[in-house]
Amino acid sequence: MVVLELRDVSKAFDAVQALRAVRLGLRAGEAHGLVGENGAGKSTLVKILAGAHPADEGALLMDGRALRLAGPADARAAGIAVIYQEPTLFPDLSVAENIFMSRQPLRGLRRIDARAMRARTTELFDRLGVPMDPDRPARGLSIADQQLVEIAKALAFDARVLVMDEPTAALSGPEVERLFAVVRALCEAGSAVLFVSHRFEEIFALCERVSVMRDGRLVSTDPAAEVTVAELVRRMVGREVAEMYPKAEASKGPPLLQVRGLSRRGAFTGVSLTVHAGEIVALAGLVGAGRSEVARAVFGVDRHDEGEVLVDGRRLRNGDTAAAIAAGLALVPEDRRQQGLVMELSVARNATLARRWSLARLGLLTGGAERRAARTWGERLRVRSAGPDEAVSALSGGNQQKVVLAKWLSTEPRVLIVDEPTRGIDVGTKAEVHRLLSELAGRGVAVLMISSELPEVLGMADRVLVMHEGRLVADIPRALAGEETVMLAATGHGGAG
Amino acid sequence: MTTTLARSASRRLRQESSRLFVIRELGIVAALTLLVVVTTIVNPRFLTSQGIKDLLLGSTILAILAVGQTVVVITRNVDLSAGSVLGLSAFATGSLFVAAPGLPIPVAVVAGVLLGAACGAVNGGLIAAVQVPSLVVTLGTLYVFRGIDYTWASGRQINAADMPGAFLSMGNTTPVMTMFAIVVLVAAGYYLRAFRSGRELYAIGSHPDAARLAGIPVGRRVLAAFVVSGALAGLAGVLYAARFGTLDANAGTGLELNVVAAVVVGGVAIFGGSGSVYGAAIGALLLTTIGSALPALGVSPFWQRASVGALILAAIGLDRALAVRLARTLRSGR
Repeated sequence: MVVLELRDVSKAFDAVQALRAVRLGLRAGEAHGLVGENGAGKSTLVKILAGAHPADEGALLMDGRALRLAGPADARAAGIAVIYQEPTLFPDLSVAENIFMSRQPLRGLRRIDARAMRARTTELFDRLGVPMDPDRPARGLSIADQQLVEIAKALAFDARVLVMDEPTAALSGPEVERLFAVVRALCEAGSAVLFVSHRFEEIFALCERVSVMRDGRLVSTDPAAEVTVAELVRRMVGREVAEMYPKAEASKGPPLLQVRGLSRRGAFTGVSLTVHAGEIVALAGLVGAGRSEVARAVFGVDRHDEGEVLVDGRRLRNGDTAAAIAAGLALVPEDRRQQGLVMELSVARNATLARRWSLARLGLLTGGAERRAARTWGERLRVRSAGPDEAVSALSGGNQQKVVLAKWLSTEPRVLIVDEPTRGIDVGTKAEVHRLLSELAGRGVAVLMISSELPEVLGMADRVLVMHEGRLVADIPRALAGEETVMLAATGHGGAG
Repeated sequence: MTTTLARSASRRLRQESSRLFVIRELGIVAALTLLVVVTTIVNPRFLTSQGIKDLLLGSTILAILAVGQTVVVITRNVDLSAGSVLGLSAFATGSLFVAAPGLPIPVAVVAGVLLGAACGAVNGGLIAAVQVPSLVVTLGTLYVFRGIDYTWASGRQINAADMPGAFLSMGNTTPVMTMFAIVVLVAAGYYLRAFRSGRELYAIGSHPDAARLAGIPVGRRVLAAFVVSGALAGLAGVLYAARFGTLDANAGTGLELNVVAAVVVGGVAIFGGSGSVYGAAIGALLLTTIGSALPALGVSPFWQRASVGALILAAIGLDRALAVRLARTLRSGR
């Protein structure tokens, strides 16, 4: 039985046609996967279901009757819950209030029943299997925890239709499992689920049917059992992606990055690792294991309490990013919006931000040199933008990530640290990023790659280091690395790996 | 076992965060107490019954304005027109009594509140219609409302003799005036805590985009916040007329900055989302006390102004320090 149906829905933003006559039916009790490259129109589709954008043409039908959504409030009233890619919490308010905002349980005189609200929040978290304090403010929650609050929010009003836009991007394995258990329970209770994701394993694990979007069109819908990943990928990009993880063999050079006994109180303890020239070393582990913190401390963004960092045998000063850059270190951070890009500045400015001094004449930046440098790197990375003067905020996620990469690659680093380089990126761009990392290693760059995607870790890395609760617990060579060994170590069951 | 640990950790976290919030309001109370004690020791005449009366009467008007301002600031907005609205309402009240000498006092109060609410509706309407930050809009209406006041008064002055005696004595009866402030304070405090639309004001200030996605009617709520702020400024105008008796077009000039200062000193975050009307009211009381304590201590007028500035900076510094500490605590657990 179809609960929610889209009939020939179209939507344009200025000159860009984001959706073209999309037809989609969500059935009760069924999870429906939606895949597509970035910019294919998935997020626009989600926004239309959420009532955040009105459709230009076409109709929405709920239980066969026309549904008009003038705003998010209408969508909620109709029983549509949406979990966005980026959490939308109120940092100053308590977790319980975040979950029940505008729907708080009431007592006499329409006053908020705080006790009932707290009790129901605790109940929701019990159902999700996470111990979270309902009274703590949302400020300071990790991205994974924020996502869990979003999920609790959707659960709180027994949604008939649950729309999830890449809800697992920041979750670790067990958290994803828990989320899926909850979603399956919702389906069994008769809800319809739309699950947007870049992770095929999850789509196949959760969904009965899967649709593919390309250039604003819905190109196919099939039962998940009848399609393969290769088939889906071909429909998404309209071409065959040759090789997902093309790590070429590179000869191992001298050790370029050496970290000895690095500790930072409350984050990680006694981390020692070495990355040789031409080597890609993956740093795996669950979200919150301390991987990003290690990267930040190595690069000097955070100070470390103990230990030392050596680049090419020379010791770096504690907490000095300028010295790290000068020594040939580069860090592509996890959260590109907050840490990697100045969203309002142009592509050219962003791409050349890290080496503005070498481009400057007499201390003044001339636009010409910036644009030239940006064009060179833009071409190498195949950044799709209207031009070097376009603001970065106008680019799609994958292209933003390429600009961040361009920014650091243009400094010609000898050691490159990448933190989740392909999070939230479409398959095509992913392959390009992988090709690039492999090429860099081939030219003698030492690459340290933090990644939560196991296939990527196993495909790309010469060696896999695994962190668990702030400690390095395993060092697994490529030949021995498998999903099981890495996951066991990451969950603290690795023994003496 | 692990859940027990997590439970006790979360309880610790909760205690810690609520303690920090209490510290914030206790801090102002402590500063206030210290100021009063020191001043009284140096100058025993400070805490005479007349002194206390002046203090409470003076704080009443500022506190009511501060409550209105808090409702607006919580939504990540600001109302700079409060002083002008007070002036307009005060002069309107006087003119009303001139035109109809036998008018019952409650009618005058309601008229002032309605006039203020209308001004607030103009503010909120402009912000919604033109999509311009409230700082700019209310800076504009600050001059516009004052200009209307000037044109209306055209140099005239209304004196105590033009107003009923009962009205003037109300303005100088401390319990009555304090009651106005307390009723406003408790009503606003309860509304912001216990009603959905009150919580939505905090949500809007905390993350406006998320508020929109959550289906909160942001425009309507912000408009309502400005209407409340305007209405309370209108009420404050009526009380101002009752207290001072002599009115011209300059009543309440520059008061808006005192109000914003009281709100900030009282721990309301200037970027919205957190703070309480109680803190703001204590802030108003503290600023009024400084205003009368420093002359009593024989401090020169220059240092009086500078000390208010120092207090604002200290309050912001304290907020920042507490925020950093809270953030550290919150990151450490669920």
